[in-house]
Order: sequence, then C-alpha cells, then structure tokens
Amino acid sequence: MSSIAGKILRVNLTDGSIKHEALSPGLAREFLGGRGLGGKMLSDEIRAGIDPLGKENKIFFVTGPLTGTSAPTGGRYMVVTKSPLNNAIASSNSGGFWGAELKFAGYDMLIVEGRAKEPVYIYIRDNQVEIRPAGKLWGMTTSQVTDALLTEAGDRKARVLNIGPAGENLSRIASVMNDRWRAAGRSGVGAVMGAKNLKAIVVRGSGKVEAAIQERFKEAVSSSLKKIKENGVTGQGLPAYGTAILVNIMNEHGIYPTNNFQLGVFPQAEETSGETLAEKYLKKKDPCFRCPIACGRYCSVDGEEGGGPEYETVWAYGADCGISDLKAIIRANNVCNEMGLDTISAGATIAAAMELYQRGRIRPEELDGAPELTWGNGEAIVEWTRKMGRAEGLGAKLALGSARLCEAYGMPELSMTVKKLELPAYDPRGVFGHGLQYATANRGGCHVRGYMISPEILGSPEKLDRFTLDGKAEWVKIFQDLTAVIDSLGICLFTSFALGAQDYTDLYNAATGENFSVDELLACGDRIFNNERLFNLAEGYTAKDDTLPKRLLEDPMPDGPSKGYVHPLDKMLPKYYEIRGWSADGVPTAPKRQALRL
Amino acid sequence: MEVTVKLFATLRNGRFKTETRCYAPGTTVQQIAEDLKIPLAELSLTLLNGQAALPEQVLTEGDTLALFPPVGGG
Repeated sequence: MSSIAGKILRVNLTDGSIKHEALSPGLAREFLGGRGLGGKMLSDEIRAGIDPLGKENKIFFVTGPLTGTSAPTGGRYMVVTKSPLNNAIASSNSGGFWGAELKFAGYDMLIVEGRAKEPVYIYIRDNQVEIRPAGKLWGMTTSQVTDALLTEAGDRKARVLNIGPAGENLSRIASVMNDRWRAAGRSGVGAVMGAKNLKAIVVRGSGKVEAAIQERFKEAVSSSLKKIKENGVTGQGLPAYGTAILVNIMNEHGIYPTNNFQLGVFPQAEETSGETLAEKYLKKKDPCFRCPIACGRYCSVDGEEGGGPEYETVWAYGADCGISDLKAIIRANNVCNEMGLDTISAGATIAAAMELYQRGRIRPEELDGAPELTWGNGEAIVEWTRKMGRAEGLGAKLALGSARLCEAYGMPELSMTVKKLELPAYDPRGVFGHGLQYATANRGGCHVRGYMISPEILGSPEKLDRFTLDGKAEWVKIFQDLTAVIDSLGICLFTSFALGAQDYTDLYNAATGENFSVDELLACGDRIFNNERLFNLAEGYTAKDDTLPKRLLEDPMPDGPSKGYVHPLDKMLPKYYEIRGWSADGVPTAPKRQALRL
Repeated sequence: MEVTVKLFATLRNGRFKTETRCYAPGTTVQQIAEDLKIPLAELSLTLLNGQAALPEQVLTEGDTLALFPPVGGG
C-alpha cells in the first residue's frame, strides 16, 4: 500500500456498524496526517459544546504518512478527541508498535463513534473487523488485558491498545496505553474510551507500506539515520541514559519544579537522575518501532519490572512530590501504566494534594488510613496512584486532576496547570520562551508542542538567553509549527534534535510523491495549529486562558540559579499574537484564516 | 583557589561526579576542561554558578562549574 493508505475505518459502537471509507486526498495534503488530519476531521465532525464523555464525542486513532515506513522512528500515531479534562482539542501521541500495525492492516485511521451498551473491544485483522464483548476484561489492569487478548487472538504478534481501570472510571487524567507501557498520556483520552465502553483495540496487519518514490525515500531515510546516529543527543545521550538524563541539567539551571513548584532546585536530584537510573535499575533499553534512538527504558526494582520511567515521570513523582526514593518512583510509574493514568498529571496532582495537605485543606481523617500526603513520602505516591486508578475514597477526587481537586478545596491557585492540564517538568520562571509555549499550547500546559527547552537550555539548534524576551515569540511560533508537522507525519519528536525542516520535507515528499517546499510544509504546521485554536475558541476559550498559574507570574523564584524571576507573560503575548496573525484578543484574523484556507 | 566541578552523563566515565579542585587564580572554563581531558567537541553545556558560561570565562574562589555533554529529552 502507499504511505497514505487512503482508507478510514469507522466503527460506531451505538449501532454496531463498521464502515470502510476513502480518505480525502485534499485533506491529507493540507493536514498531512496524525494530529493535523485527525484534528481537522474532529473539528468537522463534532459540534461545539458536546459532552466529551457523551456518545456524541468521537475518538480518532490516526497514523501519519511516515507511520509504518522505514523512516527512523516511524511508528507513531495520535489519539485525537475532545478532551474530558478541559474541553479543548486533545491529541496525544504514542510510540510502540500499535500505530504501525494499524497502517499494516490498511488504515490511515480508525474513528470510533457512539457508545456501546456493554463493555466491548474492537478486533482488526486487515479487512476483518469485529466488535467483541469485553465484559470479562472490565476492571483488569493494562497488562492483564494485554495478556488476555493476546491469548484470545492466538497470535502473539497482534498489537493491543487498551485502557486500565482509570479510563473505565472516567478519570479525567486517564491515558490510552498500547504495547503494555506506551502511552497516549495527556488530556484524559482514556476516559473517552471508558465512556464509550471500549476497553481495547487489537490490531494485526499483513500489508506493507511502500514509498511513492522509493529510491529518493531510501536516500532520505539513510541521510536521516546518519544524522541521528552522529548527533550527540540522539546517538549517545538518549540511548545511554533515556530522557531522565535531563534531571540534573534542569536542576542545575534552577528550573526543576520542587514541592509543587514552590522551589526550583531539588537537593536530592542526583538520586533520581538518569545516571542513577542507568547505574542501579536499568535492565535493558526498550525501543519503539524502527527507532534508532532507543530512549525507552525497561527497569527492574526488587523483582518488579516494567517500561519507563521517563524524565517527566521521574520529576512528577520525584522532585514535585519532594521524593528522592527512585525505587518508589519506578513503582509508582508501574502502577500508572497498569491503571492507565498519565504519569505527568497523576504525579503532579499528588503534588498538589500534598500542598493542600501541607496547608491543612486536606485533613488527616480524609486519608482513610492510606499513607500520609507529606512531601517525600514514597509509600504515598504508590498507594495514592493505585487509589486514583480505582477511584477509591479521596483517590476519586485526585483522579479528576489537580485543577478540579484544588478548586474543590478552595485553593485553585495551587493547581499548577494551564487550561487544566498539569504542567511538565520545567519551571517557566527560568525559561521565558518555554513559558510562552505553555500558555499558548492548544491542549493546555504541555512541553512537547514547541519544546523551547532545546534552544533556551540545551543549545539546540542554537543557544538562546533563557531570560531574554527578544525573538522568543518568533521562535515559539516556528517551533510550534514544526512540531505540528512532525506530530502529523507519524514520527517521533526526538528526531528533531538531529533533523531539520528540510529533512522532514525530503522524507514526506519521497514517501507521498508530493513536491512541497520547506515553507509549504511549515505552512501545513501553521494551518494545523490554527485549526486547533479555532476548535478551542468555538468551545469558549479566550485569550484570558492563555496564561500561567499565578505563582509563576507573581511569586519570584525563591531559590537557585533562577532566583528572583517571575514569568513575564504579559510582555510576550501581544507580540506572539501579532506574529501568529491573530487579533489582540487572540483570534485568527480573517486574512489569516483565508491564507490558511480555514 | 578552590572550585567545585560537577560532571554529568558520559563526562563522568573515567572521571568523577563532583570534586572540589584547586586551580591557580585566573583559570578559565576552557583550561579546566583541558585539565580534565574533555575535548571541546564533547562539551555541550557549561554552567558557572547556574548560568551559561563561555570557554574564556575566568573562575573565582568558591565557584561551581557544571559540565554537560550534548543531551536532550522531554
């Protein structure tokens, strides 16, 4: 099949219908695939204002034109839906092998609509598609479901995507898991599956993806692979230490959020670093489909094994909760994977709960005998994650995310979120461009929609002064647009440490037979980003929501190398809006929409 | 003068994590990297007391120098 298979699988769980539809080539050309194409089709197919957990919401599982090809890291797919966490557009990316397998089965995307009366799972083997009962799977953890479905399929090479108990219990921070510990983590996408009574999707494909211009594609792949292998980040740092290599770097810069962003330096960071992880607990690397980087970790703690943890997880369950016990962090990560919870949001919500406890808002008697929510309590992060997944007692409140939790306890300002999505592991008071990107990312407080840490901290592709405002709005826009392209192509964002816009253009053109210039491809990124913005505006979002938690705007960083700084967001947003072609109210202008054909 | 030198990731191989070391007054970041036999090509990030530092920057008593190879993640 071609790199764009041209086929959509649409399954309606209300009436049980299964349809094979043609993909619009025009839409694919303008929105590429993955996040872009899924976002556009979601915008077109659902009405503004619907309940994200109602049967009117739809959930898209979308590959990109490079998914399933020999392009390095070409195994990514996107889960696109309306987020039950914040009503914004959700597009959560995942690796592993499931996405490539969906393409091998012949589909660019699977769209699931409606709601099943009883728990079900979807079985796909090429053209054979069935909705099967999943009553006996309900309540199972993700590895239990995976084992059960692989046995039932009688095919160990089938790929399983599923939700854990958290998704069933409609946790607003539930993830969609695939290949056991790969996660489409953010925005609560797992709850949308849970609301549809959809426990899992098993896929097995026999097709082969072929590039449109094969010789050129081989050359582009070979050139990209060479750059990835020779690059210090993708060729050495990430393979050796995984993403947790960042722990010490962010801590040394004083932007490592500690105790729910009350501090910017964690004195015990070394004990939880990628270096320590590699030395003490790493059992093997765990690469995704066709990945030459292999940042994925597989760790063992006292006989307990599993995938991860990632940098963000180490931070959320570590410094953010004041915890230096790496064993407890690894165990909490494993519980997250089993329950199907987003590790960033889950860890950060426990951190918020710890601050509510510190301030006397959560009372000891509410804990029901579970470990105390005190900073540094390793037992607490493991047990409270389990309780969140099972929606037990206070755990049910935590499972709704930190915004709802802190609101319920009368201290909304303690929720370190943007648009209700928990912020990741970089305090923007010490990285100004990154803070602007947090405030403007369409799914809320997210680091991977324009990773300004690269130029502002890591010096890639060039080193920027992290405290200056000059040029930051321009950088954020370009990074956001390029990221939208990468997220839509079906490859991993980490390739961007080694590859540039020309490399992506070469890969895309050779795979699809298009003849885009770099500027034309980046214009697709701009279009994708603006489409998401329009989705959110239709849902009632305004410029007032492009903000950061009050603590980061008003309280100077109390310690470390970023001491004394607050984030100067109000000085950055007007320029950003102007560069985006938006009004002073943050709305894409008519000429801008026209230029993007939106 | 005494300065604290911190090494990270692959730069630790065959060297150390953190050491307090003695250098002559006027020693630069680059001279310390040379003393530790760290080729400039392997050095990606240099922090002097938490702020980005240039190779020619001079250290003073009590400074902390952190050296990193190329790293990334997210």
